[in-house]
Amino acid sequence: MDKTRRSPLARRPLAALTAAACTALLATACTGTNSGGGQDGSASGQDVTITFWHGWSQDNEVKAINDNVAAFEKLHPNIHVKVVGNIADDKAEQALRAGGPDAPDVVSSFSTDNVGKFCASHVWADLGPMLRKDGIDPAKTFPSAMLKYSQYQGNQCALPLLGDAYGLYYNKTAFAAAGITAPPKTFSEFAEDAAKLTVPDGDSYKQLGFMPNYHGYETAIAHYLGQYGSSYFGPDGKSNVATDPTVAAALTWQKQLVDRLGGFEKLEKYRTTFGDEFSSKNPFTTGQVAMSLDGEWRTASLAEDKPDFEWATAPFPVPDDQAAAYGRGYQTGTIVGVANGSKKQTAAWTFVKYLTTDTDAVVSFANAIHNVPSTLAALESPKLDADANFRTFVDIAKNPNSSTTPASINGGAYQVSLQNLSYEVESGRQTDLGAGLKATAEEIDAAVNQAK
Amino acid sequence: MALVNSTVPQALRRKRLRERARTLAFLSPWLVGFGFFFLYPLISTVYFSFMHYDGFTAPTFAGLQNWTYVFTDYPSFWTGMGNTLWLVVVMVSLRVVFGLGIGMLITKVKSGAGFFRTAFYLPYLAPPVAATMAFAFLLNPGTGPVNHLLGELGLPQPGWFTDPSWSKPALTMLAVWGIGDLMVIFMAALLDVPTEQYEAAELDGAGSFQRFRYVTLPNISPIVMFAVVTGVIQTMQYYTQAIVAGKVASGVIGGSGQQFEPGYPHGSTWTLPQMVYNLGFQRFDTGSACVVAVVLFALSMAFTSILLRRKSGFMNED
Repeated sequence: MDKTRRSPLARRPLAALTAAACTALLATACTGTNSGGGQDGSASGQDVTITFWHGWSQDNEVKAINDNVAAFEKLHPNIHVKVVGNIADDKAEQALRAGGPDAPDVVSSFSTDNVGKFCASHVWADLGPMLRKDGIDPAKTFPSAMLKYSQYQGNQCALPLLGDAYGLYYNKTAFAAAGITAPPKTFSEFAEDAAKLTVPDGDSYKQLGFMPNYHGYETAIAHYLGQYGSSYFGPDGKSNVATDPTVAAALTWQKQLVDRLGGFEKLEKYRTTFGDEFSSKNPFTTGQVAMSLDGEWRTASLAEDKPDFEWATAPFPVPDDQAAAYGRGYQTGTIVGVANGSKKQTAAWTFVKYLTTDTDAVVSFANAIHNVPSTLAALESPKLDADANFRTFVDIAKNPNSSTTPASINGGAYQVSLQNLSYEVESGRQTDLGAGLKATAEEIDAAVNQAK
Repeated sequence: MALVNSTVPQALRRKRLRERARTLAFLSPWLVGFGFFFLYPLISTVYFSFMHYDGFTAPTFAGLQNWTYVFTDYPSFWTGMGNTLWLVVVMVSLRVVFGLGIGMLITKVKSGAGFFRTAFYLPYLAPPVAATMAFAFLLNPGTGPVNHLLGELGLPQPGWFTDPSWSKPALTMLAVWGIGDLMVIFMAALLDVPTEQYEAAELDGAGSFQRFRYVTLPNISPIVMFAVVTGVIQTMQYYTQAIVAGKVASGVIGGSGQQFEPGYPHGSTWTLPQMVYNLGFQRFDTGSACVVAVVLFALSMAFTSILLRRKSGFMNED
């Protein structure tokens, strides 16, 4: 058997080659996103083609956005838009990381959670200078909550492209049967009505007034906190969930409602009988719950599914000590931005400006896909869908007290931390609320520091 | 003579060089694959675990910050570690035991062996996402047929994927259901055991357990070791079934203000690979994601090394 071995000296060139190759590969993997430029010639009438990536996939949505693009191209014949639909956020992020000629110039996202990272890392261009150059005052153009979720620390790297507002859906037939004449306006009234509307059936329910559990589809802690106007972070950028009394109040109120309506275990078991949220088996549509917290899109679903009861919408109730703020709600929506690496930023901005600030474009798009418009002018437009149930959400979007979850450097991580605590509280696993909130705040701060 | 002395080694050296070049040429596809798909990612992962890198901007040196964060300030790490180790110990053990048991039963079946082989192998072919969704619907505490049947029989009805104390056992049931891969390799190993050894053992008065302990097990011990080692490595990478079960059972689609609960319910299905994805692609913290990936790699190596070192006391070395 040949026992000869290569000497360490003989292995050195190989080791050096491997190290060099690895270093080169690592270096190429670390390239940041390039800065683009604005001199694409579109302003002087040159033909420019930009690429627009969006996530809409349903036929009516795709038609609506394509109609919007066609209207834009008619107004700007020298700017051509190559539309790529059904793009998930992950894919768009990878494309923006990689850059290059095939990367999108304009990107939209259904989630507002990543705005902090997009702005801080400058992967989406700061639109502030472009807004100023075109004389657009964001504060006078967009509702305050929508403006808040599309910027991070003063960097307006995204703009709202339609929004979602959350309110109360209630079963009018069940209300009449229970002797309730009007939708509740405060949390006390709401709890009373939820209890009146609940019809137990052994260890389950014939009808539940309201599903308060945090996994009851849209009944997340952040959506409840929208009724309190909680801010999540203090002026110093640190989590204030332990010091803001509204957070503890919301968690306590929800837990009390859970206990009043039958307890966590019983409600969880009932929750598992619900059909898919975005289907005709939604528990409100089937009559399993008499009230629900949901977004404006449900008006279109209910009109299509035609449940066998009368229903209506109203703003979701507010805490008793904030009765004057009735009419507010949680808000989120779709955002759109310009890739910082785009070499066609002038054309891209012209397109984004049209999508987000042209009143007719915003209104027609909102009407087509049953979302809330995202400019103050569009919210007042007479061309907007006049359906009274939909108008409830338009009013919520207009309400200056409506609030949102702010952008953070590490996406929705702070919401996950708070949600995890909320699950522990509702199930009774965490009984020391103060300690839980303190630990959650520390966890959020540590994660934010880690991300900086 | 001097000429001969210098020529012969040169010729020998050239011959050896040619042999090495030929060997390298034959090995080159593997070497390239190993270098690009294993060595480079491995070195990169270790490198990035010491860097602050959000995936968009250039990385900067962070020292041990990522390591400190993951081990001390990221509470989900220890939850994920506990769940992953639970799955490694329980799931791998049960898969090996059931795979071997079913393999032994089917090798002894006199008629209909083909049917049983197919019946037990088919679940392995089901795509993990589809299989998990099917299990989540079957085990739905409110509407699933399993709990309905248990109720009819007067038995307790667990919450399965919605109950933190039942979610991992439910995932283990899913893994044991897809036992077809192990069943096939155990059957091949069992059929390879020399029948003379069983006959000799019987003549010596060995009972069925003794035949299994002193004949079957020593003969198939390399296959058992293979099943355990590959099972440990696969389970350390357990991701798809855990996240699909959690998502389906929670019913939450996720979005702004309504995040999907990692490891639903109550973190009980949260595993280390999910953490890598969460940190790297949802929190944009590539450095911390790489720390978890390095830990995963080290754990897999440690498990494998321990198992292989202990093989001498377990495996039949002949």
